[in-house]
Amino acid sequence: MRKIHDFHGGIHPVENKHQSLHTPIRDAGIPAELTLPLSQHIGAPATPLVAVGERVLKGQLVAEATGLVSAALHAPTSGTVTAIEPRPIAHPSGLPAPCLVIASDGEDAWCELPPPCSFETLERPELLARIRAAGIAGMGGAGFPAAVKLGLKPGTQVETLIINGTECEPYITADDILMRERAAQIVRGAQILAHLVAPAETVIGIEDNKPEAIAAMCAAAEGTGIEIAVFPTKYPSGGEKQLIELLTGKQVPSGGLPMDVGVVCQNVGTAAAVADAVEHGRPLISRITTVTGAAVDEPQNFEVLLGTPMSHLLALAGYRAADNPRLVMGGPMMGFTVPDPGVPIVKTTNCILAPSAQELPAPPPAQACIRCGLCAEACPASLLPQQLYWFARGREFEKAEAHNLFDCIECGACSYVCPSNIPLVQYYRAAKAEVLQMRRDAQKAEHSRQRFEARQERLEREEAEKEARRAARKQAAEEKARRAADAGSGEADPVQAAIERAQARKAAQAAGAASEENPLQKLEKTVVTTRERLEKAEAKLAQARSEGADHIAALETGVEKTRAKLAAAEQALQDYQAQQTPAEPAPAGDAAQAAIQKAMAARAAQANKSPLEKARDNLEKLEARLAKSEARLAESRAAGEEEKIVEALASSVERLQEKVAAARAELAAEES
Amino acid sequence: MALMRVTSPHAHGPLSTSAVMQQVLLATVPGVLVLTAFFGFGTLVNIAFAALLAVSFEALALKLRGRPPGFYLGDCSALVTAVLLGIALPPYSPWWLIAVGIAAAILMAKHLYGGLGYNPFNPAMVGYVVLLISFPVQMTSWAPPRGAGEVPGLLEALRACFTPGSFDAITMATPLDVLKQNDALLVRDLWAQSPQFGRWAGLGWEWANLAFLAGGLWLLYRRIFTWHAPVAMLAVIALMAALFYDGGSSASGGSPLFHLLSGATMFGAFFIVTDPVTSAVSVRGRLVYGALVGLLVYLIRVFGNYPDAVAFAVLIMNFAAPFIDQYTQPRTYGHAGTGDGK
Ligand code: SF4
Ligand code: SF4
Repeated sequence: MRKIHDFHGGIHPVENKHQSLHTPIRDAGIPAELTLPLSQHIGAPATPLVAVGERVLKGQLVAEATGLVSAALHAPTSGTVTAIEPRPIAHPSGLPAPCLVIASDGEDAWCELPPPCSFETLERPELLARIRAAGIAGMGGAGFPAAVKLGLKPGTQVETLIINGTECEPYITADDILMRERAAQIVRGAQILAHLVAPAETVIGIEDNKPEAIAAMCAAAEGTGIEIAVFPTKYPSGGEKQLIELLTGKQVPSGGLPMDVGVVCQNVGTAAAVADAVEHGRPLISRITTVTGAAVDEPQNFEVLLGTPMSHLLALAGYRAADNPRLVMGGPMMGFTVPDPGVPIVKTTNCILAPSAQELPAPPPAQACIRCGLCAEACPASLLPQQLYWFARGREFEKAEAHNLFDCIECGACSYVCPSNIPLVQYYRAAKAEVLQMRRDAQKAEHSRQRFEARQERLEREEAEKEARRAARKQAAEEKARRAADAGSGEADPVQAAIERAQARKAAQAAGAASEENPLQKLEKTVVTTRERLEKAEAKLAQARSEGADHIAALETGVEKTRAKLAAAEQALQDYQAQQTPAEPAPAGDAAQAAIQKAMAARAAQANKSPLEKARDNLEKLEARLAKSEARLAESRAAGEEEKIVEALASSVERLQEKVAAARAELAAEES
Repeated sequence: MALMRVTSPHAHGPLSTSAVMQQVLLATVPGVLVLTAFFGFGTLVNIAFAALLAVSFEALALKLRGRPPGFYLGDCSALVTAVLLGIALPPYSPWWLIAVGIAAAILMAKHLYGGLGYNPFNPAMVGYVVLLISFPVQMTSWAPPRGAGEVPGLLEALRACFTPGSFDAITMATPLDVLKQNDALLVRDLWAQSPQFGRWAGLGWEWANLAFLAGGLWLLYRRIFTWHAPVAMLAVIALMAALFYDGGSSASGGSPLFHLLSGATMFGAFFIVTDPVTSAVSVRGRLVYGALVGLLVYLIRVFGNYPDAVAFAVLIMNFAAPFIDQYTQPRTYGHAGTGDGK
């Protein structure tokens, strides 16, 4: 027997699981319309592959994964695509999101599926491809695409593969009934997953309040080498981190992944879906969902097509809307309320909870925190929730972070036990959102500071260059004048003087035309000539001194001035060189240097752009920023964040809108 | 009907703050009964009058601060403060003494700091210490226990409270006092000579302490608080007493059992040190907090100027609680280092 470790805290809420376990899994049938949100889980939304009006077959790929953390969508039944548009969905934000709507034709005609096969014959990449193609996302919690979790870096050694059959939240029985009725399928799924990640051991973890499921799983796992680990019921032992500690005694490092301690964790529902996908080529188009709560007459579990409206299931279970003040998707601890019963079932919908008002009464007004410490005792992350609450309320976010705000898994255990009814988790969510926003802002500020400094530097350099050019011109002119004077004195060969004059003229011309010349040569020339002048002037001064001439002072100031000019010219040259050198490959490993180079190159490219291009770029950038902040605003509105945050976001959106308008006008002006 | 939008969790445990407070009140009953049995009705009158005043002051303060008194009075915290102060005051205290104490506790220590949860100092102990400093005579005169002197009846108790001039108080040094003043007799002889002593400690006192211990254990059983602070405090007191017991010589500080069952030891350990608002928050923090209170209690009792010391020790440690918190933050899941992260 495996040693079962314990984790800190945890609570024992009333389980309320028996209500929905009287009957076997029932098929929920085919509703008239199915709504598939393009984003069903954490990660990027899927891209639709079908057009409105197109007929689709059951199991047909209708939207493909985009990006790394994304999963594909398949038609849950045959029918016609009637819309691709925003619809209300079950998301904590309650906002409408892009959905693909299919009107079912009732025929339930399958598309052609990949041939059935046995997993032993498949190579890892093929297996992984099948799982990815089936659009399987974690069916327990956040719905992380399964293929992403399973796509290990080559060379990683997995110690333990954990299949999570804990289902620690009250009311939910979807995994329980799945284990009772489809144990063999889950075990096959576990075998496939084990084949894929090659762990040293495979463990299926189940809480001890599910004796039937445990018996079924033990029977199915007989002789497979897969271990069934049973542990005491305690919420939230099904949390990934808690389960890992329970079964292995190891803690996932803060901010890390289970893989960091050699663990891969998948839900039993996911394992069953994997078996289906690999053995029968069937994509993920349905799941088991518990419908329960005192406001339904017959609480039970359904096998339901993804995209089915919640109202369809509720009707089948005998829903009494009048008795139901709030409708929860998920369990009573971590589920969220939905705005209306029409929202569709998605890959992660393990439960629909329709409680009566007596069952889950409206939260009474919060009283003062008496620092009783019950929350700290209950916290599975070993945080001090009362302190976090204090800091979150006082907006002392640094202290909240120092007290590891971001290690809070939002399990709700603290709020559950709080005798003063303080909605602690709500405070943490808001604080987290605000800290993240502040981090983004700080990043932005840092960027604009860098931009400002770069501009400042450029202006200074330009100024220095201009100065150097001016000096060169003046010097050439002086030279010319002096030579003329020298020639006039008759001491020198007139031919020589003429030649020199011509040269001087040429030099002056060259200096004057410096802007067309290679700036480096020009600067070098300035330095050389200035240095010559300085030498000459110094020689003169020395001579005057030795002769005791009376214009020493004048000569001295002249020398000083020339010296200063030389310094300026040298500086300009150096600057210019410094700016140019990065064009050559920098010494390897110097990341900072590389970054500077890149920035310089970008700036140079920018400088070379025509004003039209610049205006266009500018507009594009602003529009992208605007879109981002609008999204952020919507998010925070939806999450019901504090008014102040929302206001701040709204005003930044407004500012950006103004800027975009200005940029548009500029672009128009350039184009005309 | 529009569906309610609230964030998780949707379920809530059975406990409420008023329930916590009510259970604390209930747990004081055995101790109060024993005190009444040995010292007469003085304590009960104290408590009754204190409760009346506390609720009125609390309502007044809430009203002045613009809070709905009905809702906030419901948390019963003012009643708890009143009962605790009523128990701590000497029986047969005059009304004005109680009034000043309650005013200091409710108005100054609690509402000036922002009400329940925001007060850094235990209100009942603030009230007690304010009185002890202002009226040392009244505050250190205890009635003799039944068996060592005459015990007044209910009417006399009321008279003592409301017309203090007409009441002739009989007082007697408490056992802690007697032991402290002693510098000639062996503890054994002192015991035989003084009527205040009982089987293990002071007559009456030992039973009152045991009764408060029982109430405290019941609260522990009900998981109203954790064992850490009280156990740490009692352990340190016992340890210190053992160190300085000195075989019972005339310079002895008293036996461990004597200290555990004397004065406000058990009352302090289970009803004052466990006050969540003003103590340290983490498990380790509460161990440290309780241990230091125990240490201070012993030091003040034996080497200081006051015969009992729970109030001073607790107030001093209230000061220190935030610092203790700072150094005893538990180890969060997934963070390196040691601590009670599990
Ligand atoms: S459980 Fe509630 S009242 Fe108790 S310390 Fe935590 S937040 Fe404060
Ligand atoms: S919600 Fe966060 S703070 Fe509260 S118990 Fe869970 S992990 Fe701890």
